[in-house]
Amino acid sequence: MAGKIKSITNPKLKLHILTPEEVGQIHTATLDIIENVGVRFPSRAALDIWEENGASVNQETSIVKAPGALIEAALKNAPPAYSLSARNTEQDLSLDGNHVFLGTDGCGVEVIDIETGQRRRSAWQDVADIARVADCLEEIAFHWVAVSAQDCAPERRGLEELRAVWGSSTKHVQTESIYSAREAQAAVEMAAMIAGGREVLRQRPVLSIMQCTAPPLGQDGGSLDAALIAAEAGLPVGFMTMAACLTTGPASMAGTLAVGNAEVISALALIQLAHPGTPVFYAAAQTASDPRTGAYTGGGPEDFLFGAATNVLADFYDIPLSMGSFATGAKEPNWQAGVDNSLSTFMSSVAMSDMLLGVGLLHGSRIWSYEQMLMDCEIFNTIHKMIGGIPINEETLALDTIRAVGPGGNFLAQKHTRKHMRDLFLPEYMDRRPYNEWEEKGDGARDWARARAQQILATHQPDPLDPRLSAELKRIIASVEAS
Amino acid sequence: MDHELYRAMAQSIIDGDADLAEQLARQAVDTGIHPLEAINKGFVTGVNHVGDQFSCGAAFLPELVMAGEAMKRAVSALEPEMVKRGARRQVYGKVVLATIHGDIHDIGKTLVGTMLTASGFQVFDLGVDVPIESILAKAEEVGADIIAVSALLTTTMVRQRDLIKAADERGLRPKVKVMVGGAPVTREWVAEIGADGYSEDAIGAVKIAKQLLSIPA
Repeated sequence: MAGKIKSITNPKLKLHILTPEEVGQIHTATLDIIENVGVRFPSRAALDIWEENGASVNQETSIVKAPGALIEAALKNAPPAYSLSARNTEQDLSLDGNHVFLGTDGCGVEVIDIETGQRRRSAWQDVADIARVADCLEEIAFHWVAVSAQDCAPERRGLEELRAVWGSSTKHVQTESIYSAREAQAAVEMAAMIAGGREVLRQRPVLSIMQCTAPPLGQDGGSLDAALIAAEAGLPVGFMTMAACLTTGPASMAGTLAVGNAEVISALALIQLAHPGTPVFYAAAQTASDPRTGAYTGGGPEDFLFGAATNVLADFYDIPLSMGSFATGAKEPNWQAGVDNSLSTFMSSVAMSDMLLGVGLLHGSRIWSYEQMLMDCEIFNTIHKMIGGIPINEETLALDTIRAVGPGGNFLAQKHTRKHMRDLFLPEYMDRRPYNEWEEKGDGARDWARARAQQILATHQPDPLDPRLSAELKRIIASVEAS
Repeated sequence: MDHELYRAMAQSIIDGDADLAEQLARQAVDTGIHPLEAINKGFVTGVNHVGDQFSCGAAFLPELVMAGEAMKRAVSALEPEMVKRGARRQVYGKVVLATIHGDIHDIGKTLVGTMLTASGFQVFDLGVDVPIESILAKAEEVGADIIAVSALLTTTMVRQRDLIKAADERGLRPKVKVMVGGAPVTREWVAEIGADGYSEDAIGAVKIAKQLLSIPA
C-alpha cells in the first residue's frame, strides 16, 4: 500500500522579494547576456539545433549567441503545468504552482553508517536503503539519487542507481546522475519498461531528468545530449544553475541571478526548439562562495534569498521550479544545519517552489545522514504548518469557549480544546522534556531520528517491482557497454 | 629613487592592479634595474603582504587572486630582460595541473593554479578533460615535481587511481608527487589510491605542495 504524500498547498503567507520591474530588469540583462556574451553549448546535436534556428554559433568555441526573441518564443512552448508520475498513480505530483513537494538531496559520496555511526564511502545498497526510507516518509514526495553507487562501474552507475530507487519505492524519480547520451537512452528504456511502453511513458513520466549547467555561462556536452534524448521521449527535463557569487558569478546577487538565469533559460529554450512542448523545469541552487576561501558554503542569507527569488523568475517564464534548499554546509546535524535548512526551506517554500531538494545531505551535499533526513522532514513539517497561516473564523475565534472560561480559568477541559488540540504542531525531534529527564537520559533529537530511521529500515517493505520487470531493468543496464 | 619604485611595485600587487604592475616592470627595465631586483625587492613584497593579510583573515580570496594575476603580468613583462641577462627566477617546483579526462569542471583547478603560481611554483595548466597519457607525457617533458589532478564527479574521480597506477608503471613516482582534489575527494580515497597529498581548497593545496617538496611554509 502506497503512503500518501504531504505537500504545502494553498499558502496563506506571502513574500514579496522582487517587483515586476526588477524581474524585468533581470530578464533584460539575461537576454543581453545570451545575445551578446553567449553561452557555451559543447554538443554537436545542440549546436546544430541552434544553427538551424538562426542563432549565431561559433563552431570552434561552441559559444552560441541567440537573439532574445528566439529565446522568448521558444520558452512560450513550455507547458506551464504538468504532473510527475509515480509507479503508484496515487503518488503522482501535480506541478501546478499550488504545491510544494519535497525530494531527497543528491548526489552524496559518503554515508554516515546508521549502525556504526562511522562515515564511509557510499554504495549501491545505500541508494536502495535511502530510497526505502524515503518511500515510507509522507514528507518525501520524490527521489533524487541521494548518494553515488560507487561500487558500480562508472559507465553504468547512473542506471544502477535508478534500478536501486525503483526497486525500493513507488514514488517519482528525478535523476541528476545521467549525463551521457548512452546512459540517457538506457534510462529512457528503463523508464518505458516501468511505465508500460514508450507511449505510456510520454503520458506518465515516471522519470524526470535534471542536468547541471557549467557556470559561468556554459553547459556540459554530455548533459545536453542526455537531456535532448530524454526530451525526445517526453520526459520532463530541467537544468540547474549553481552559480556562486564571487567565483562562478559576480559578487553581487543580482548579477549571479542573471548569469544563472542565462544558463538555465538558454538550455530550456534549446529543449523547446528541439522538441516543442516538452515539459521542462527551472532548477537552481545558487549560492555565495566563502569570501575567504572561495569554498562552497551550502548556506547563508544569500542562499535563502536566491531560494525565494528564483521562484519569481520561474513564474515569470511560467514553468515549474526545482529549488535547492536544505543541503547545509554543516559537517554534522547541528546548530548550523538547523539554521541553514530551516531558513533556506522556509524561503523557497513560502515562494511556492514546486519542488524542493536537499533532504539528508551534510557538508555541502557530500555526506548522507539518516538523522539529518528525519530532522529535515521535521523542518518541512514546521514550515508546512507555518505557511498554512492562522485561520480566522467564528470557530477558530472560539468566543463561546472564551465566554465559558472567563477571566482566571483555563481552557484544558473545554470541548473546543479537545476538538482543536490536534491542530497544534507536535514535534518529533524537539526536546520539550523536563530538565532533569534530559540530564538523566542524555539523549536527544539525533538519537530519536536515528532510531526512527532504523525502525523504518527494519520494517518498511515497499511495493516490490515485478521480478520480470526487475530482470528487464538488469538486462537493459547490462547492455550498456563500457566506454 | 629605486626605493620609491619598489614601493609602487609592491602596492600595485596589493591593489591587484595588473596594468600598473606591468607598466612598473617595463619602467624598471628601461631604467636598468635588474629584473630579479624588481621582483624580489618590489613585487614579491606585495605578494607577501597580501599573503599575510589573507592568513590573518583580513584579505579575501579575490584579493589573493588579483595579486597573483598582477604578479604574473609583472613577471612576464620582465621575462625578456631576464633572458637577455641570463637570469633565472628561482621557482619552488614545477607542477603539471589538469582536470582529468571526462570532466570539464575547471574553477577549482584553475584557482589552485593561480595560487601555486602566486606562491612561486611554475605551473603548467593543461586545462580540462585531459587524458592521463597527456598529463604524464607533459610531466616527463617538463620534468615536473608534482602532478596535480582534479575531478568533480565520482565517475571521473576513479581515474585519479588510474593516473597514479600509470605514473607508477612509467616509473615517475616517487620522484614526481601526485596531488588530487575535487569535491568528492576524501582523505580515505587519497589513502586508498596512494596519492601523495590532497586539499579541500586552493590555499591548502599550496601548503601541501610545499610540504611535498620539503619547502618551509
